[in-house]
Amino acid sequence: MSGQIIINLVYIVSAGLFIYGLKMLTSPATARQGNRLSAIGMLIAIVVTLFDQGIVDYSWILFGLVVGGAIGSVAARKVEMTGMPELVALFNGSGGLASVTVAWAALYTGAVSGGTAVTIILSILIGGITFTGSLIAYGKLSETIPSKAVLFAGQRVVNGAILLSIIGAAVVFSMNPESASGSTAFWVVIGLSFILGVMVVIPIGGADMPVVISLLNSYSGLAACAAGFVLNNNILIVAGSLVGASGMILTNLMCKAMNRSLANVLFSGFGAVIQQAEAIEGEVKPVVAADAYLILEAASVVAIVPGYGMAVAQAQHAVQELAQQLEENGCEVRFAVHPVAGRMPGHMNVLLAEANVPYDQLVEMDDINPQMSGVDVAIVIGANDVVNPAALDQESSPIYGMPIIHVHEARTVIVLKRSMATGFAGLDNALFYGDNTRMLFGDAKESVMAMVAEFKG
Amino acid sequence: MDVIYLSFILVLAVFLGFEIISKVPSTLHTPLMSGANAISGITVVGALVSAGADQGGIATFLGTAAVVLATINVVGGYMVTDRMLAMFKKKTPGVK
Repeated sequence: MSGQIIINLVYIVSAGLFIYGLKMLTSPATARQGNRLSAIGMLIAIVVTLFDQGIVDYSWILFGLVVGGAIGSVAARKVEMTGMPELVALFNGSGGLASVTVAWAALYTGAVSGGTAVTIILSILIGGITFTGSLIAYGKLSETIPSKAVLFAGQRVVNGAILLSIIGAAVVFSMNPESASGSTAFWVVIGLSFILGVMVVIPIGGADMPVVISLLNSYSGLAACAAGFVLNNNILIVAGSLVGASGMILTNLMCKAMNRSLANVLFSGFGAVIQQAEAIEGEVKPVVAADAYLILEAASVVAIVPGYGMAVAQAQHAVQELAQQLEENGCEVRFAVHPVAGRMPGHMNVLLAEANVPYDQLVEMDDINPQMSGVDVAIVIGANDVVNPAALDQESSPIYGMPIIHVHEARTVIVLKRSMATGFAGLDNALFYGDNTRMLFGDAKESVMAMVAEFKG
Repeated sequence: MDVIYLSFILVLAVFLGFEIISKVPSTLHTPLMSGANAISGITVVGALVSAGADQGGIATFLGTAAVVLATINVVGGYMVTDRMLAMFKKKTPGVK
């Protein structure tokens, strides 16, 4: 028994390192070190577990560690920063499936009491939803399946029926886990959990992926937590609930940044229905790169607002170069990042950091908005809904109430856009017709490079 | 009693998580998520025991699968987070 005590003492150290590592993530200056501390915590937890007396054969463990480690390290090294949302979706999925298999394996480790049966079911349910939900999210993010919301009549009734069947099967299983009917019920729970994961993510449109990916992140933590209850393992519970809390916070932030409730995101199929807002007056004033350059050359404060379009056009390096040219011209440059810009929380910041934009130039929405009237030129690159002033003043607009970056308050706005097509929300944008707005049409990367060339030439 | 004690840990950890993580700036939300992926790979600890306990074919198979999956999360999660965080640099004065 003393071995078990030592293992648990070491788990306490690990938990401490996880918590301290997360705390260091509150500042970009200490974040990297924090991540390493957390990794050390994980390493010692794994090493000490290998001394568990229950382990008699190390061959399969070694196999699992080598294979998993190889896949993980290749994925981590190969992924493009634009592909981070997809990778995180897949990681969420593998975390979910890991919890399913751990709980499932517990079924064969001896007599299963009713209490354990309940925790096994919970672990499989949450893990199963996380697994298939994440695969669908991955498919939508990578556009291997259509990213549009899939809605059909009676969707909620079907989902409700699935959930009820899961609960029914769970009750049958928990009452008598060892019997034949219990075993059948167990399979029903696994199968239906996987189906439910698919069902809850298909009605969510591509633009709402930041919410979904945060929510699934949270679920993967909760699944680990549930597995902790199955195995009576406190480190699983501590680590799992930290992840669960983190995902919940991010989910909540994303919902707030879109001014929508979680229920609305999950069930409404936003993006499937296009509401026609009132007609916008004014005319579009297109410019060419040379004119945009003249405007920028005279500016002393510039705010750049990047959106998902920047990532699609792979324009982040060109944008950084533009920022550098502007600075050499004596201009103050800041990047204003909306919380839901991109396909996952904080995505834009990572892309800009990759392009060597220092993090002290990255400004949050709430910090830049009060200073907007002092900005000479706001450059909007591939963003649309997050700068749509309809969110502020048009009560009929579906995005009314959503916090936006107030670029329309800047003296001049230059919008880089491929065409006049609408954003994810399918809405027209009054900003594009504003008196102080100039539209620079074309591929974002080419437009930015053309402006850089003007500066150099 | 176990359940009560474990639930106690759960509640405290959730509150602690909310306290710490709500202070993470939005600049770092992507690394936070991938770092959280790595931490949720803690299931590997449970998986190791299932894979090595020699409780018969199915349990060993499931345990091994869980070790693979959770290790992907641990190794991939920490590595990609480190890769990202290495990119976040402060402005170096004088360097253009």
